[in-house]
Amino acid sequence: MSSASASVAATTQRPREELESVVIRFAGDSGDGMQLTGSQFTQAAALAGNDLATFPDFPAEIRAPVGTTFGVSAFQINFGARKIMTAGDQLDVLVAMNPAALKVELHNLRIGGLLVLDTDEFDERNLKKAGYAASPLNDKSLDKYRVLQLRISDLTMEAVKESGVSKREALRCKNFWTLGLVYWMYGRELTFTTDWIQRRFGKEPTLAAANTAALKAGHAFGETAEISGDISGFTVRPADLAPGLYRTVSGGEALAWGLVAGTQLAGLRLFFGSYPITPASPLLHILSTLKQFDVVTFQAEDEIAAACSAVGASYAGMMGITSSSGPGVALKGETIGLAIGTELPLIVVNSQRAGPSTGMPTKTEQSDLYQAVYGRNADAPLVVLAARSPADCFEVGIEAVRLATRYMTPVMLLTDGYIANAAEPWLVPDVTKLKPFPATFATDPAGFHPFRRDDKTLARNWAVPGTPGLEHRIGGIEKSYDTGHISYDSANHQRMTNVRKAKIDNIAHDIPAQVVEQGTETGELAVIGWGSTFGPISRAVSNMRGEGFDVSQIHLRHIWPLPANLGELLRGFKQVIVPEMNTGQLVTVLRAEYLVPAKGLNKVSGQPFKIGEIETAIRAALEQ
Amino acid sequence: MNVVPEKLTAKDFATDQEVRWCPGCGDYAILRGVQNALALIGAKKENTVFVSGIGCAARFPYYVATYGFHTIHGRAPAVATGVKLANPELDVWVVGGDGDMLSIGGNHLMHVVRRNVDLQLLILNNEIYGLTKGQYSPTSRAGTKSPSTPMGSVEQPVSALVYALGSNARFIARSIDSLQKHMPEVLKRAHAHKGTSVVEILQNCIVYNDDVFADITERSIASDRQLQCEHGKPLLFGKDKNKGLRMNTQTLSLETVTVGENGVTEADVIVHDEKNRVLATLLAALEPPMPVALGVIYCDPAPSYETGVMAQVDAAKAKAPNPQLNGLLRAGYTWTRS
Repeated sequence: MSSASASVAATTQRPREELESVVIRFAGDSGDGMQLTGSQFTQAAALAGNDLATFPDFPAEIRAPVGTTFGVSAFQINFGARKIMTAGDQLDVLVAMNPAALKVELHNLRIGGLLVLDTDEFDERNLKKAGYAASPLNDKSLDKYRVLQLRISDLTMEAVKESGVSKREALRCKNFWTLGLVYWMYGRELTFTTDWIQRRFGKEPTLAAANTAALKAGHAFGETAEISGDISGFTVRPADLAPGLYRTVSGGEALAWGLVAGTQLAGLRLFFGSYPITPASPLLHILSTLKQFDVVTFQAEDEIAAACSAVGASYAGMMGITSSSGPGVALKGETIGLAIGTELPLIVVNSQRAGPSTGMPTKTEQSDLYQAVYGRNADAPLVVLAARSPADCFEVGIEAVRLATRYMTPVMLLTDGYIANAAEPWLVPDVTKLKPFPATFATDPAGFHPFRRDDKTLARNWAVPGTPGLEHRIGGIEKSYDTGHISYDSANHQRMTNVRKAKIDNIAHDIPAQVVEQGTETGELAVIGWGSTFGPISRAVSNMRGEGFDVSQIHLRHIWPLPANLGELLRGFKQVIVPEMNTGQLVTVLRAEYLVPAKGLNKVSGQPFKIGEIETAIRAALEQ
Repeated sequence: MNVVPEKLTAKDFATDQEVRWCPGCGDYAILRGVQNALALIGAKKENTVFVSGIGCAARFPYYVATYGFHTIHGRAPAVATGVKLANPELDVWVVGGDGDMLSIGGNHLMHVVRRNVDLQLLILNNEIYGLTKGQYSPTSRAGTKSPSTPMGSVEQPVSALVYALGSNARFIARSIDSLQKHMPEVLKRAHAHKGTSVVEILQNCIVYNDDVFADITERSIASDRQLQCEHGKPLLFGKDKNKGLRMNTQTLSLETVTVGENGVTEADVIVHDEKNRVLATLLAALEPPMPVALGVIYCDPAPSYETGVMAQVDAAKAKAPNPQLNGLLRAGYTWTRS
């Protein structure tokens, strides 16, 4: 009977409306499991063939006081049948699990957007904690949205009562109830999540049963048309992506795998020394599970020891890598100088976050470009690279290893909190097709000294302990160009400073010429960016070009040295705009290097750029 | 045909670099002692690495004809940890002064010791900052007058070896720059111990802190102020070896007794047990007018850090032999677009 009634209900439902893309934000208390809900929905969207971009946005506190606005944790996903460039400007759907989440997130919901609320949470106590004088459910403040008021807590309790879990455990299932409803809304299969629940709670069958029941109940709630008067289901068709094998990948994963791939291509073993810091720690966690690839990870006592251990490992012939966020990179500064002075390969990953000082650890920013390019004592040049998206971290990781080993230099690899935690679909590469760049160690004692250089790259030869006949001493004291012994000779210091600079400058000719991502190679306006602003800049430039504006997009991977053709390229545009999540760092570098009248477009709110913000700047520049 | 390697002498471990310590510096004697020790233990030049931080003592690697890395202030233990993890076959020595190891590098010292990374860690303690021209150091005694403490230091010093024990050291030993026969033997023991071997070497700074250890080394009192710790032997000292250490069970402290006086027999004198951590703590803390403990004060081996790390790597490799990165990238949920 039940199947018959379900099918009757299904046939009475309105047909599904077709959408090109949808932005959903799941928001709730930090204990409500919103990150889990979001990542499950992400996998389901990916499996349905959508392109997507995500933005996990959570508080620094592990468990902020329940029900407060600063304890709100949110996960945003933009998924669609078209190429998705950002996690989305405005929300089409906001799921608010409590009043605090509504209070914090409502302004992001577009007018006419769908608001899903758990009304069970809107009691006087929670309203007060969220700072509401009166319930927004009773005034007219929500009138401009479509509001789905559901007693999610009660419905969840009802759904899981058979499973025998406690009330507390039952209430913790409400994120799965909600996920089930949203799955129904977009016609998603439950299989991925029910499988996941079985794996996750395999040893706790009652919890597995409760969460599965909640998920199915939420789904059935939509399907049985109990809300059909309020809302219809939607269809978001698969995106037109290039053929091949896909997976979703976070920035942390892609970077870890890229570093392993790069190290393999160099024929080296990977050493990773790190100290826990938000938002850089995922790299440490992921690499510590890759020991089967001969990866050695070391959780050091502090940031300095982390960097020093990596330098020590490079000295002994491994690919030494360390990682942190801005404050930790500051502590590593002297060690990076040692690696520059001793000309050892080293990769320093900086997952940038809002600063200065502790700043906002979980909020994204790209304000460490000065630190990366200039932030050391003395003339201490190194290579700076920046990843543009989670998946891009894979290639940038490989490039970092290539340049560090080929040029015997530290490489600063900039990512940010957004990239580290966000995820996107990734056309999985075949690593066996990547071109190896084997590192070589000196072995021949004839004419050896530690600072003998390759004529072309100017890199010194790398002789590792254990090699007979090449015993040598190196250190932070200036070395003689001709013998490698310590030297306080003034002319020698000039010569060594010059060669260290020339070595890095020359890399400009060993990296790809800068390309224009979209638009013409000369014209009215170029928008040039770096790092995670790639998504919003791409979409904004694409939209404006669609409207007929003469605007081109340039996006840098190599921050230092800059590509050899970049100056000429920029001079081909009448105007240059540099959107950055800082107060104007790349723009200063570009002005200093090329004397171009580049202008900044700057934002430091801890949130990524909105597409509309960049469109507005483009329009203003071209309509003035 | 196998070539029998020529046995290296101390001279073979000297470099062609001009040694730049002050004439009369205790570091010359320590360098000689270390070179003698390297010959004594049959060290291979290519497998030996000296790592140092900054300071007078930290110039050490330039003068030893092995691999050497003169790093940055205080951080030698951290760099050395990376070297050892990268290649556990290497024989790693860390050399630094009291400022390098116990002030700016105090944190790294604690952690390398508690991890028990297999290396020899030599603390050349002269109780002063030499390279920066004579400021008091973390081991300077209270009241030390220096350019930065013209009215005398008001700080209490730290004991290198008590600190090491507090950090869970499994090997501590002490020698003196002038004890040329003693030092190589102590270093040989340090080398034989698998794990972090902390060796404090009292070193005279002839320019900024001359004779600071005179109350231990002065010829007329040396036998009364130097206690040679030998495992299984009674802790006797003095010119006639008739003075000894006895445990005062009332105060839980060591006291000096004379065998043959007041009914004291040799049976009352503590027999050194280098595996006894409590005894080691008491011995390490002794200072004049009590005799200062020399030799191997504590040696109770435990698994070394790099052994544990590499065992996990090996276990992971055994569980997943010949892993393919392509496989890792394709593990988990994937889908195909045609």
